[in-house]
Amino acid sequence: MTIIYFLIGCSIVMALIFLGAFFWSLKNGQHDDMHTPAIRMLFDDDSPEDEEDEA
Amino acid sequence: MAVATSNGTLCYHCGNECADDHYTLDNKTFCCAGCQGVYQILAENNLGNYYCYNSNPGQTLKPGNTHFEYLDEPRVASQLVDYADKEITVVTFYIPAIHCSSCIWLLEHLHKLNASVVHSRIDFLKKELSVTFRHEGLSLRQLAELLVSVGYEPLISLQDVVKEKKGSVNRQLIMKIAVAGFCMGNVMLFSFPEYLGLSAVEQQFKQLFSWLNLAFAIPVTFYCGRDFFVSAWAGLKNRLINLDVPLALIIAILFLRTAFEIITQTGPGFTDTLSGLVFLLLMGRWVKQRTYQHLSFERDYRSYFPVAVTVIRDNEEKPVAVSELAVGDRILIRNNEIVPADSILMKGDGFLDFSFVTGESMPVQKVLGEIIYAGGRQMGEAVEMEVVKPVSQSYLTRLWNNEAFKTPENKIRNFNDSIARYFSAVVLALAVCAALYWIKMDDTGKAWAAFTAVLIVACPCVLALSTPFTLSAVLGVFDRHRFYLKNTDMAEQLARINTLVFDKTGTITSPGSADLSFSGHLSGYNQALIASLMRNSIHPLSREIIRWLGNSAKGEITDYLETPGKGISGIVNGHEVLIGSASFVCPVPSDTMASSVVHVKIDNEYLGFFKLKQQLRTGLKDVIPALARKVSFHVISGDNNSDRPLLARLFPASTPLSFMQSPQDKLEYIRGLQATKHKVMMLGDGLNDAGALKQSDMGVAVTDDINNFSPACDAILDGAALHKLPQFIALAKDAVKTIKMSFVIAGSYNLIGIYFAVQGVLSPLTAAVLMPLSTVTIITFTTLATRFHARKNRLQ
Repeated sequence: MTIIYFLIGCSIVMALIFLGAFFWSLKNGQHDDMHTPAIRMLFDDDSPEDEEDEA
Repeated sequence: MAVATSNGTLCYHCGNECADDHYTLDNKTFCCAGCQGVYQILAENNLGNYYCYNSNPGQTLKPGNTHFEYLDEPRVASQLVDYADKEITVVTFYIPAIHCSSCIWLLEHLHKLNASVVHSRIDFLKKELSVTFRHEGLSLRQLAELLVSVGYEPLISLQDVVKEKKGSVNRQLIMKIAVAGFCMGNVMLFSFPEYLGLSAVEQQFKQLFSWLNLAFAIPVTFYCGRDFFVSAWAGLKNRLINLDVPLALIIAILFLRTAFEIITQTGPGFTDTLSGLVFLLLMGRWVKQRTYQHLSFERDYRSYFPVAVTVIRDNEEKPVAVSELAVGDRILIRNNEIVPADSILMKGDGFLDFSFVTGESMPVQKVLGEIIYAGGRQMGEAVEMEVVKPVSQSYLTRLWNNEAFKTPENKIRNFNDSIARYFSAVVLALAVCAALYWIKMDDTGKAWAAFTAVLIVACPCVLALSTPFTLSAVLGVFDRHRFYLKNTDMAEQLARINTLVFDKTGTITSPGSADLSFSGHLSGYNQALIASLMRNSIHPLSREIIRWLGNSAKGEITDYLETPGKGISGIVNGHEVLIGSASFVCPVPSDTMASSVVHVKIDNEYLGFFKLKQQLRTGLKDVIPALARKVSFHVISGDNNSDRPLLARLFPASTPLSFMQSPQDKLEYIRGLQATKHKVMMLGDGLNDAGALKQSDMGVAVTDDINNFSPACDAILDGAALHKLPQFIALAKDAVKTIKMSFVIAGSYNLIGIYFAVQGVLSPLTAAVLMPLSTVTIITFTTLATRFHARKNRLQ
């Protein structure tokens, strides 16, 4: 049953990683604009060299 | 959007109907050279996709301010940009024309139009475009001009210069919610085994789980719950018990008892209740704080005024930042530009639209040497003026020095805070009684348990949640009907209003749709004479009259003379025609001396006068009787009293009507009403109402385009929704009723809890079940009740 100690440790570390990821996305401004990305993803890229421009 | 309703062709760019002599290019028709120009630029740069995502996505180019010379001034430019280094500059523009996905597509492909643009991003709701560009190849001014050339004029105002960083508070709150949620989830996981019962083998984990729970309780209390302690302390220091006082007390008690039980190993503690409580409370705060990102309720004159103005020095035109404008500067004001400071007209014909500043409905003619107040918009040719007062000391801007703008807002005492005092008192008394009882029974352990349990169970968290959830649901309903409240407190405030004060111009009357009428008799022949003469004048009133006459006659004119500020005269087909103001056409009947009246005299015979009548907003006729029984009305107008009969017919006979009120007078008027226990809602639209809007218990800015400037206020109402005002007020009142009812429901839950608590037998499990259960009940109840009330008030 001592394996439970390890598993609990893992679960907490995992949860902390997710929490950290959320913090990072928040600080990165990913939650500032919830509307525009939804529209943006519908646009077609009209030519391959266009994508290079974007990068 | 655009549907071909008539046989006329629609403009490929903007969807407006094309006139007969339309512009054609690539088999596509355009309504004007502007639209064709934009199409041409886009076609040349391979950006035809713009027209694929939406049909007719463009907007007709409005003759706006296209002078961006001031952006070349390093001092002005440096105030506008967000970031600049040796190579690149980042700038954010507010572009009101952004309205569809094509706009996003085009503006995010700016790099195709100009290779110096590195990156452009749109925030659609805020209508903001953030551009990163290499300033070697493209100046800020060229960027602004590039945007204008494709039909997206950036709106740059003085307020952009003093950008305030918003949103950081909100981010903090979201982080706290995330931490609280994280802790709550883990704590529940570790509490379950305890509730479900542990076998003898598993007992070894019990301690581990407890200690882990305590570890999670620390960030919940001291990081997530910090705001409640701070707010409670601030309230107590001001001898005020707000709702945060009992909440902070409960959080503290929960934490202390949990820590005590875990450290002494006497029980599992209440960690799950604690983390759940903090999480839900923070959610309530978040719902309450959520506001409209695309609307600003804090605008003052600075967002109406331009950033820079053209100054003439040594016969040279030079753009200068408005803040650096000094007394004695000679400034050049072009068509459609705003006068930034009180000045004297030195050269040219001043014809100024003051509707936003003084409430005067008609543009005013100004002659040389006259003082022109800041905020007027010049219509017509460019004029030169000399500044007589600095911007901050102008007639209009002085209003912002009034104390109403300095004292922090303290006009709301909501239901929650007013009840918090009694609530705290009753709960504390109960807890003390229970503790005293057990002490008398010589059971100190039970006394402590009962004392803390009563406090925990009687938690006013439901109160803290029902209000934001109910009111934000109400805000959502209002939002669908184009009534935008600044925050949830305003919905409660709306329920208390018993006095409505209206501004006239722009609020009761709708701007732009003036109705012309002629008093007297005018034969067809005389109409032709008038139209012929007036065709020579560029005065806006002349244009209005020609349009009204609809007469295309072109008579032979000799001796044409236009006297600025007075009128025009001439001999048409041998008849002497005189058109203009009372003093010009003289003598006229004395009862028609008011302004915005144009008199006509032909061959020395007085025929009558044209009058511009303001159009009432639609639906207003039904609003007044519907509200008359519940509230009293007042009208304060900056305009002259020529519309008195119109207003007297509209409002109940007892309504006080005041005219020629300065912005300061309006503010004092509201203050006077408040002194006699009136709860005042002020409805206004212009800068001249800003003081009154600020002073009133609830200031509502009425506007026809919510993206246009509206002064600082508590709510923004779309002019088209004005007739729904009675329904809005009724719904707000129902919402307050809902909150009170949910308080009763929460109270009954609390009574059950207290029954266990006073006996000192409240188990952590009971607390953990009771709290979410009552919360879910309340949120369900408030949501359903609001929906029901919305339907009842026909606001679905």
